[in-house]
Amino acid sequence: MDFKSSDTVPGPRAEDHLPHTATAAVKIVIVGGFGVGKTTMVGSVSEIRPLTTEETMTQAGIGVDDNYGSDTKTATTVAMDFGRISITEQLVLYLFGTPGQERFWFLWNGLFEGALGAVVLVDTRRLEVSFDVIGRLEERGVPFVVAVNDFPDGPRYPMEDLRAALDLSEEIPMMKCDARRRASSRDVLMTLMRFLHSIAMASA
Amino acid sequence: MSPPQRRRRLPKAAPKPKPAPPPEGPGPHAGPGGQGRPREPERLYVVTGQVEGGDRAELDLVTLIVACADAPPTAQPEQSALLRLCQAPMSVAEVSAYLNLPVSVVTVLLTELLTAELVQARAPIVRAELPDRSLLEAVMHGLQKL
Repeated sequence: MDFKSSDTVPGPRAEDHLPHTATAAVKIVIVGGFGVGKTTMVGSVSEIRPLTTEETMTQAGIGVDDNYGSDTKTATTVAMDFGRISITEQLVLYLFGTPGQERFWFLWNGLFEGALGAVVLVDTRRLEVSFDVIGRLEERGVPFVVAVNDFPDGPRYPMEDLRAALDLSEEIPMMKCDARRRASSRDVLMTLMRFLHSIAMASA
Repeated sequence: MSPPQRRRRLPKAAPKPKPAPPPEGPGPHAGPGGQGRPREPERLYVVTGQVEGGDRAELDLVTLIVACADAPPTAQPEQSALLRLCQAPMSVAEVSAYLNLPVSVVTVLLTELLTAELVQARAPIVRAELPDRSLLEAVMHGLQKL
């Protein structure tokens, strides 16, 4: 393995340490197609410079149509960028953004099951790249909201048209956002939390 | 111009907390490959060679790890580095990022350190066991301060 000498491992900056009172964490996952701004959103609200974690998986028969019957195993690295927001002295919120290779995220044990909920970030220039991930969240019963990242050159559709195109039920919140702006990204997270709160109220 | 159209999916059976491990053996004609579906990836254990189903601690990406002792002289360099990083509480994901190691490898290292009682793990709060609404309200209050 390519582990570097322990003396050279860079740690967090002093100001990036959590307080010793931190006792529990929660997480939210930000999903969407390649290039829609997931990492941008993580970075705009995170209190730390976004970090990257990864998982290595081996898979037989990637591209099964081409290699059917072959024994080849391919190692696939699934990477995720993440950031952090300290909520209280005790509670920490982690935000995970998931670049590329959508189908692999769902094999990451507990990533979605353990999350409070998810933000689906969509780009109107390539709406269809978010179809699969929305379907997978629906199948798993993960609560989510949809944020339309407002690219200046993206086609403008009325929200009702986007809701119809994404086949979202009425109760799922949708909003426009600018993932580069902290206030806008925070509002998206707040919308998700209010949605989760309304679900909790309804089931109480 | 109208946008492309998606079709809604229905929830499947209650989500399992942990998917079943993939079947042993990558037989070319075995398993779901027969239906034209790729086999699901399995985890790779580089450091210790542990296999799926071995005694790994239940650690989430956001389980907070805190060192409770200095590294013993016998500790591996990876373990010493991990113990130094976790002088203050740190999530498994952050440990993985700073050590530049995959999460499954970090999990194996942590299992050994937990067994040796050199670190403590503070479990995350997950959706399935949300006790009440006060947690959600605390998160909302925290976000409003951003």
